[in-house]
Amino acid sequence: MKVVRSVKAWLGILRIAYKLLTNDRPKFAALIVGIAFAVFLMVQMTSIFAGILGRASSTVTNIGARVWVMDPAVKTVANNIPMPDYVLDAVRSIDGVKFAVPLYSGGALVRLQSGSYQAVTVVGLDEGSLYGRPELVEGKIEDLYAENAFIAVRDAEFSKLEKPQIGSEFELNDHRGVIIGFAKVTSAGLFGTPTLYTTYKRAIQYIPSSRYTISFILVEPKSNADIQYIQEQIRRIGYIAMTREGFVSKIARYYMFQTGLGTNILIMTVVSFIVGLSISGQTFYTFILENREKFGALKAIGAKGRELLAMILFQAAFTAMMGYGLGVGLCSLLIALAKLRLPNYAASITYINLGIAFIMVVIIAGISSCIGIRKVVNIEPFETFRG
Amino acid sequence: MTATAVKAMGLVKWFGEGDVKTYAVRDVSFEAYFGEMLYIVGPSGSGKTTLLSMISGILRPDDGSVLVDNKMIWSLSNDQIADFRLKSVGFVFQDYHLFPRLTTAENVAIPLILRRENWDNAIKTAKEYLEIVGLKERAELTPRKLSGGEQQRVAIARAIAGRPDILIFDEPTASLDGDTGRKIVDFIKKDVLNDRRCIIIVTHDGRIYEYADRIMQMEDGRISGTEQGAPHEE
Ligand SMILES: Nc1ncnc2c1ncn2[C@@H]1O[C@H](COP(=O)(O)OP(=O)(O)OP(=O)(O)O)[C@@H](O)[C@H]1O
Ligand SMILES: [Mg+2]
Repeated sequence: MKVVRSVKAWLGILRIAYKLLTNDRPKFAALIVGIAFAVFLMVQMTSIFAGILGRASSTVTNIGARVWVMDPAVKTVANNIPMPDYVLDAVRSIDGVKFAVPLYSGGALVRLQSGSYQAVTVVGLDEGSLYGRPELVEGKIEDLYAENAFIAVRDAEFSKLEKPQIGSEFELNDHRGVIIGFAKVTSAGLFGTPTLYTTYKRAIQYIPSSRYTISFILVEPKSNADIQYIQEQIRRIGYIAMTREGFVSKIARYYMFQTGLGTNILIMTVVSFIVGLSISGQTFYTFILENREKFGALKAIGAKGRELLAMILFQAAFTAMMGYGLGVGLCSLLIALAKLRLPNYAASITYINLGIAFIMVVIIAGISSCIGIRKVVNIEPFETFRG
Repeated sequence: MTATAVKAMGLVKWFGEGDVKTYAVRDVSFEAYFGEMLYIVGPSGSGKTTLLSMISGILRPDDGSVLVDNKMIWSLSNDQIADFRLKSVGFVFQDYHLFPRLTTAENVAIPLILRRENWDNAIKTAKEYLEIVGLKERAELTPRKLSGGEQQRVAIARAIAGRPDILIFDEPTASLDGDTGRKIVDFIKKDVLNDRRCIIIVTHDGRIYEYADRIMQMEDGRISGTEQGAPHEE
């Protein structure tokens, strides 16, 4: 009740602030466009980045194992370093491991029915469990045990396989391959290659490999509490075990900081933040300066410092929110349009991007209004009075 | 015309320090009464605006005090002084300081809104005051569309909308032509002044001296003389 009444008491003052802001159409438009532009750039950059990061770890997401064991030098799924078989036995013997299975992941060249060659990613699943298998949209998973069986993933790259049907054949290093089903996965890959699933054994049999063949060991712990112990034990034998989330963020860090792509996008995000800050900060600052003597008159009439403060903060917050909304809207529209034309356009607006842009907008509005606030709160009504 | 509205006692104000220290007002004491229109006149730089600011709660004196409504205003807290300005004083600034982006009615409503009056009531009251100053039809226009004299009247409406005891005008006719200036002051005297109100006007403008009840001369920060205003035929 008391709160309602005190909010009501401020309404008139905020309404004046609102009118002072929005009745100055050109300046208000400039403010909003400035912020919207900054938000647009930030969201665009970070969502392309998020899209790329999501895809970079798509295998990890799609396979979905809780714990991944690999060579410590592995940085991404694409560049795995094969491990010898004894590691699998060692992992299986660790207390707290419910089960552990090998995974093969590697690139290969297939010869399609038309005779053309196409690079593909082949994922080989453990025979016994088919652990990490994708969800089939067509066909039966048991057929994977049939001779030469492969499952094709229907993602954005699928068309590169020349519209295969169930039963379509292809050649993989002089071996015959047959499509026995189609799967869908939650995350598409980054590298523009179609994905084929088969069994681990068939994968290493068809694809020539080095002495060692296990790309990753997928571990299901007995409970979450066991994970730490498992990690320690695996470290002892010279390998590294990471949780799914840990691996995803390791991949993300790799792309973010150790590839030109990630660093450039980070720089662009910072640049767009600075551009947005300077455009809207500058405009808001001149807006406040131009109204400075009016604020002085308000103070002379009897407005208190905190009332002027509330007015400015309200103006900044309102502008920021409008600009934010416009920027995000624009960005979603553009990404939606881009996805219509390019089905594998890697951009996804996540809550995190939106959050980052939001925080940056709040910082922009905060900094701009802080500079203005000092100018206004320090104003001497006597200055206004003397004219 | 006996009750004291404002009592200034030994007011002093200086600006700057050391070599550049200059006294704008030196030991000024006077009283202003309800129902009176008091003029403060004097050469440029004699301290008129400075004095006006000290008695209206805008500028803190370096010495002396101001008594209004039994309160020593310069002993109050900053918030209380702001409240004093809001509730007891009406200001008409020399260049009006109207908000060009608000309508005249909204401009006039500002002191009421600062007093936390509900928006619709404040606008309604503001329109009543616009009617008093003869600008009822201009309520929805922005001040830019009005003439100088009309803007002055909007500023007056804003100053009186809060029904203050003390009305302060600094050079109210400086930017108006002689005729308009006289009309405004005539209006102030006839329709704004009453015996619960005291009006203090700083001016250079000899053409409006005839409306004064009392004229206080300032020179070099001091009051150099006071005279009763010329009797003004009704
Ligand atoms: N903020 C300030 N800093 C320094 N000196 C000031 C300041 N304000 C006023 N003064 C000085 O105080 C003196 C009185 O100024 P004030 O404005 O009160 O004069 P005035 O009588 O109103 O003059 P005018 O008729 O030109 O308006 C002047 O010498 C002025 O220069
Ligand atoms: Mg002056």
